[in-house]
Amino acid sequence: MSEYVRKYFILKKHNLQVAWKKAKVRKMCYLFLAPYAILFAMFYIYPVVASIYYSFTYYNILEPPRFIGLQNYISLILQDDIFLVGVKNTLMIAIITGPLGYILSFLFAWLINELPRMVRSVAVVVFYAPSIAGNCYVIFSVFFRGDAYGYVNAALINMGIIDSPILWLINPAYMLPICMVVILWMSLGTGFLSFVAGLQCVDKSQFEAGYMDGIKNRWQELWYITLPNMKPMLMFGAVMSITQAFGVCDVTMALCGYPSTDYAARTIVTHLFDYGFSRFEMGYACAIATILFLMMILCNKAIQSLLRRVGT
Amino acid sequence: MAKKSKKAVEEKPYRKPIIKKRKPNRSIWGDFFLYLFLVLVAMVMVFPIVYAISSALKPLDELFKFPPRIFAQHPTLDNFSDLFVTMGKSWVTFSRYLFNTVFITFVGTAGHLIIASMGAFVLAKYDFPGNETFFKVVTVAMMFTGYVTQIPNYLLLNKLGWIDSYWSIIIPAFASPMGLFLMKQFMEGLPTSLIEAAKIDGATEWRVFSQIVMPNVKPAWMTLIIFSVQGLWNNKASTYIYSEEKKTLVYALQQIQSGGIARTGQGAAVLVVVMIVPIIIFVFSESQILETMASSGLKD
Repeated sequence: MSEYVRKYFILKKHNLQVAWKKAKVRKMCYLFLAPYAILFAMFYIYPVVASIYYSFTYYNILEPPRFIGLQNYISLILQDDIFLVGVKNTLMIAIITGPLGYILSFLFAWLINELPRMVRSVAVVVFYAPSIAGNCYVIFSVFFRGDAYGYVNAALINMGIIDSPILWLINPAYMLPICMVVILWMSLGTGFLSFVAGLQCVDKSQFEAGYMDGIKNRWQELWYITLPNMKPMLMFGAVMSITQAFGVCDVTMALCGYPSTDYAARTIVTHLFDYGFSRFEMGYACAIATILFLMMILCNKAIQSLLRRVGT
Repeated sequence: MAKKSKKAVEEKPYRKPIIKKRKPNRSIWGDFFLYLFLVLVAMVMVFPIVYAISSALKPLDELFKFPPRIFAQHPTLDNFSDLFVTMGKSWVTFSRYLFNTVFITFVGTAGHLIIASMGAFVLAKYDFPGNETFFKVVTVAMMFTGYVTQIPNYLLLNKLGWIDSYWSIIIPAFASPMGLFLMKQFMEGLPTSLIEAAKIDGATEWRVFSQIVMPNVKPAWMTLIIFSVQGLWNNKASTYIYSEEKKTLVYALQQIQSGGIARTGQGAAVLVVVMIVPIIIFVFSESQILETMASSGLKD
């Protein structure tokens, strides 16, 4: 055993020496990387670490942070009912719009892939535009307006289904479904572009080979040839859509108000804003942020291991 | 037995099919229904945007008509001119808001492009200790939204004294992981022999980077630019900037939008102004962006 440990350390030491020598030869590389690495450490790595640290403290900006152990997490989970509502809403939105938006992005990318070039580029703009259209989703509050001027109400009244207008965005029963529709409308984002581009690069001769080997229809072609070829893009798209699905806040805030009736449209991020920038309980807000961070990373890892099995 | 084989040999006269199958594995009906579905969905997708544009063109009385109509009957540009009048009356002039946004967008994008490309170049083309680890950390950073880091970021910017200055938006934008990721993936497709040839001819690393690599990755520039512009143009920055003369255009426009019923028409005009810039940039750079995104895959 001691022999083994000794050899292990010799190997490690040797490896380190090699790495050090390599690093010396490649000094230029570190210089090139330095500006980005410093900024990245400042604005992405440090905040995550600091967030975890502050989550164990009571910190209201005016006084220096005071260490209180797990108190923030305990009160988050056991006492804060609104947070649990937020978690429930976020998970609902993530579970429904995440996979659905992801599948829709792939489906549409795949369908428009076979169109002629000009039509395809118009179609890409049409599908991608909602996700870059700034705060165009505000227009949905006109469609779902609570009075008879709203489109949905007007249409339903004209058809005789309802007699009095429904308060779509004030009644808690309708808030989440409407938000989900809007989020789905915006969900063809970066992942969609990646799919469109990736589908263009699938080797055409593989389809011919597949035809020879007895692939009969487009669905078999999709499952046996296209999907395995698209695996890296599928991974990338999954990362994008998970990040988007858990970070929902703009849409719910713009449509249902902030705070919304009965907190029915509260998500984790709106809760974070509430405590961080309205009540200045930074420690508590950081605990929320840490939980959100862990949820996102774990979900991403889980999805990635799932996607590795596609088409095999 | 003999009868049966005779029947099999019998030939049908060859008729040219009226609708030809495009490809061996595609049925005509399948094509028809899938594309019908696609067209319907495309109409649903584009409807809110078309509606936003048409309601910006409606005069005020048409906005509140019952039953509501989709297209304006008497299209006018009044809403836009009203918007400029309102902006002109505000304490800070319109041109100042515009300057703020353009300055933030331009500097942020340019800096991001240079810094991220420098990092991506060595990550893609050189092998040095820490290379892969660093890239892995960057990909992990793409997995969480900016909201997670917002509070410590605020505290950090506060300590640096950048709160209420343009830098609070510009400098963090430099380090966006998405740009580095896309650039690195795209640069990996560049032949290494190109760099080696330049090295043999006596070029320094900086020269290789600025004169060989950068001109060859122009499609990736466009992609970085559009992602960065999208982020910065739509950045309200309401938490970081509080003095009126440094606020961004989007923030000022949304203040007008929240002005209530009387400003409905102007609000619609605001929507169009905010949305049209990223869409136009995308339309003009679409082919280059798609070229870059082809290498965006996440390998493991």
